[in-house]
Amino acid sequence: MEMGNDVALSVRNLKTYIYTNNRCNRALDGVSFEIRQGKTLCIVGESGCGKSVTAASIMQLLPTLSRIEDGEITYHGPDGPVRIDALERDGAKMRAIRGKEIAMIFQDPMTALNPVYSIGFQIKEMLRYHTSLGRKDRHSKAIDLLRSMGIPLPERRVDEYPHLYSGGMRQRAMIAIAMSCNPRILIADEPTTALDVTIQAQIFELMDTLKRENGTAIMLITHDMGVVAELADDVAVMYMGNIVEAGPVGKVLRKPVHPYTRALLDSIPVLGRGKDQEIKAIPGQTPDPYNRPTGCQFADRCAYRVSACDEMPPETMVADDHRVMCWRYQEFMADAAE
Amino acid sequence: MQPNDPILTLRDVQVHFPIKSGILKRTSGHVRAVDGVDLDVYRGEVLGLVGESGCGKTTLGKAILQLVRATNGTVTYQGDGGETELTTLDDAGLFAFRKRLQIVFQDPHSSLNPAFTIFGSLEDPLRHYGVKTRKERRKIVGDLLEAVNMRRESMDRYPHEFSGGQRQRIGIARALSIQPELVVCDEAVSALDVSIQAQVLQLLMDLKREKNLTYVFITHDLSVTEFLCDRIAVMYLGKIVELCDAEELYSNTLHPYTEALLSAIPVADLDRKSQRIVLEGDVPSPVNPPSGCPFHPRCRYAQPVCRTDVPQLRRYRGKSGQHLAACHLIDHPLAD
Amino acid sequence: MTDATVTRPRTRRDAQFDRIRDREAKLAGTTQRKGRFLSKFLNNRLAVIGFAIFAVICLMSLFAPLIAQHDPMSPNLRAIAKPPSAEHWFGTDKTGRDIFARVLYGGRVSILVGLGSALLSALIGVIIGVYSGYVGGWLDWIAMRISEIFMSFPQIILVLLLVAILGQSLVNLIVIFTLTGWGGIYRMARARMLSIREEEYVQALRSFGLGPARIAYKHMLPNALGPIMVNITLSTAAFILQEAGLSFLGLGVPLSIPTWGNILNAAQDLRVLEQNWWIWLPVGATISLFVLSVNFIGDGLRDATDPSQQG
Repeated sequence: MEMGNDVALSVRNLKTYIYTNNRCNRALDGVSFEIRQGKTLCIVGESGCGKSVTAASIMQLLPTLSRIEDGEITYHGPDGPVRIDALERDGAKMRAIRGKEIAMIFQDPMTALNPVYSIGFQIKEMLRYHTSLGRKDRHSKAIDLLRSMGIPLPERRVDEYPHLYSGGMRQRAMIAIAMSCNPRILIADEPTTALDVTIQAQIFELMDTLKRENGTAIMLITHDMGVVAELADDVAVMYMGNIVEAGPVGKVLRKPVHPYTRALLDSIPVLGRGKDQEIKAIPGQTPDPYNRPTGCQFADRCAYRVSACDEMPPETMVADDHRVMCWRYQEFMADAAE
Repeated sequence: MQPNDPILTLRDVQVHFPIKSGILKRTSGHVRAVDGVDLDVYRGEVLGLVGESGCGKTTLGKAILQLVRATNGTVTYQGDGGETELTTLDDAGLFAFRKRLQIVFQDPHSSLNPAFTIFGSLEDPLRHYGVKTRKERRKIVGDLLEAVNMRRESMDRYPHEFSGGQRQRIGIARALSIQPELVVCDEAVSALDVSIQAQVLQLLMDLKREKNLTYVFITHDLSVTEFLCDRIAVMYLGKIVELCDAEELYSNTLHPYTEALLSAIPVADLDRKSQRIVLEGDVPSPVNPPSGCPFHPRCRYAQPVCRTDVPQLRRYRGKSGQHLAACHLIDHPLAD
Repeated sequence: MTDATVTRPRTRRDAQFDRIRDREAKLAGTTQRKGRFLSKFLNNRLAVIGFAIFAVICLMSLFAPLIAQHDPMSPNLRAIAKPPSAEHWFGTDKTGRDIFARVLYGGRVSILVGLGSALLSALIGVIIGVYSGYVGGWLDWIAMRISEIFMSFPQIILVLLLVAILGQSLVNLIVIFTLTGWGGIYRMARARMLSIREEEYVQALRSFGLGPARIAYKHMLPNALGPIMVNITLSTAAFILQEAGLSFLGLGVPLSIPTWGNILNAAQDLRVLEQNWWIWLPVGATISLFVLSVNFIGDGLRDATDPSQQG
């Protein structure tokens, strides 16, 4: 994976451990990926796989009882690369990046907005902090933002409080706040999980537009393979703190190599395949994060387990843009090529 | 499945929750959660109840079980002993029918009592229904756990020791403990990880075959219902807008809302990506539903008539001749 | 682009993390389990110290006849207001009674009043709160209004009123404390039930047709016990202080019975306050220590039962 000019953020061998109840959870155990300008990277995985910890590591919004152990997070900004992992958690430099360069939207739009301030105030606060716009300009910019997010009557809506907004509108308002300073990177942590499908479709449409028109690099965290198919350019499949397979969406979804990716795709009912479609459940459950297997984390549930799996497989490039973490990838490669 | 053997008949069921305001608690309006639903549930089928949040599907499920009492209309249960109108019974009268109707809940974290072991949670209903000795109850609970692919010994452990999927299976075991005929599954797999969802879906199907169950499967996920259900009812703002065989719904969609709903679902298959129809705006408030067709403000085909007249569910030919839809703009309804 | 100088300064927390990580690395592959509640409580140093002090004071009061050398009631005219000595550890009061013995025997009554009133008011509050919180309706409305009436009276006036009517006695004091104290615990139990009522397992029990009393007391109450326990410990401390206060004013337990408050009553005399410190200081310290220890236990219990408190 060579470094192109369009890389907005690169993560190398990131390890983030969480220390609660006097135990150590190796939530991220060597994760590498890149987010490209004007592209969407989907990080997909089940609960506890570390996808949200990845986002929190990048934003330096980790819980107090956790730290980045090892690895690099590099933001390739207009003024040259910045090592985010080396910045102080709440230092001035980190805060200048947050919101202005890298913005984030959260899963639950119901709690992500402060109910005692108007939507307009919350947008304008971002603008005041990160831009040099004057009072009037900030107001008109806030209205423009709401309008571009598809909120009807933005002139009136701008002074309304969050409780008057519906769930879909709140998520739009969240995106408006996130996009207010034209960040180069937008991190979206399950942005539509709490929303209905028809509203989800609206948000997807909006995110596609942002990517196309502003060239925003988007990192989208989801558990839904359908969302991946809809939105992703690149996809990284995570399982228990590792990216087990990563590559362009066409390759990973059409010709998955890792047994976990395959099992995941086989386990979900797909619309349009009818009542007779076969779905295969993945046996067992995800291991206890405090008591992980020493080798491949998926080994216990994997149908292709061999003795080599007791050791952690390395990340192997199977094509110049497609990598996988499995000892038996060659067999699955041949299989997928058929 | 025998087509004309209903186990449950709903006629014009309405559930309205009063909104009280002011110091005097005067009723200032009603949330029309369920607003006139006619529905038959046939013995041995899986009936899907689909819709977005706030469409009244969960309230309807609870109204079936009499956990929420209908403000109007009737729910009639047809068992061996003939017909019984559940809506007229009081708590004591309902007791005999609680046994036949059960529910599986959405949230595996709040559906089990954290203060009790699994056995402690499951034994009380059994005792309530006349299983006298502790030994017998332990045997039944053990058998139930095995039926949902869990170890017998799990019964002496506490809920927090189990994962979400396991807890959901225990919830299913609890629902089956008194051998119901009809189980309402309220978003039973929505809170689970995808790989666990498949396990629970398969378990539900196996149990249905073994125990001859009827399911009312409430969900917002149309890809799950396609796999699971025999018939599907699509709800919008407290009303059923389309009701037909599952296959028919996907191949011959009639109602514009169903059409939009189907197109909005993200499909995990790159080769099946369809053009998504993006609906404008949000679901209107059930306190003040729009006049006429409740869907008209968001409908891209809306005509003047939709604004003024409420469309009734009409029968269309379709493949089975049993395709119901409530829309003014679909031509050639069959005469009843 | 990687520049080697980028390391953050190490903090105290980093050292702690390293320790945990290294220990885990050694333990990899083995399982360990310890009761989460107990370990959390034991990890709270103040709570453990509090519990130790609480236990010592309780045991010493309980076994007062075995420990105390003197009778707390019988005056000794040859030793009036003597400072602490080998014979009288805490000295003697103005009628020559051994203060150490009086503190021990007084503890029996004071702890009985505090704990007894707390338990009784908890019993009443929980019985009413749990049921009315779950069932709601007119029962809830009436219980709520009654508790509001009791809580809106200034306690001191209620006490004066009841003392005037019923007379001064130990039992009356417990009755008064219970009457004025059940409202708080009732409201808390009720509030807990209102939130537990929405849990799905309660719905499930309803769908089985179980009766409301059984659902409320057997299935829901255990989930509300944590905060109730905390409330009991904290109100024990409050009642002991109130007893001391009322007895100090001469309104509590009859002066003939030794209680912590009655012992303190002697300090109303300014001369005693200035010259005979041993008459009021030991008992004052005991009260403070006991109340403090009960509060520490309460805080420890609260943290241990609250799943959102991780540590």
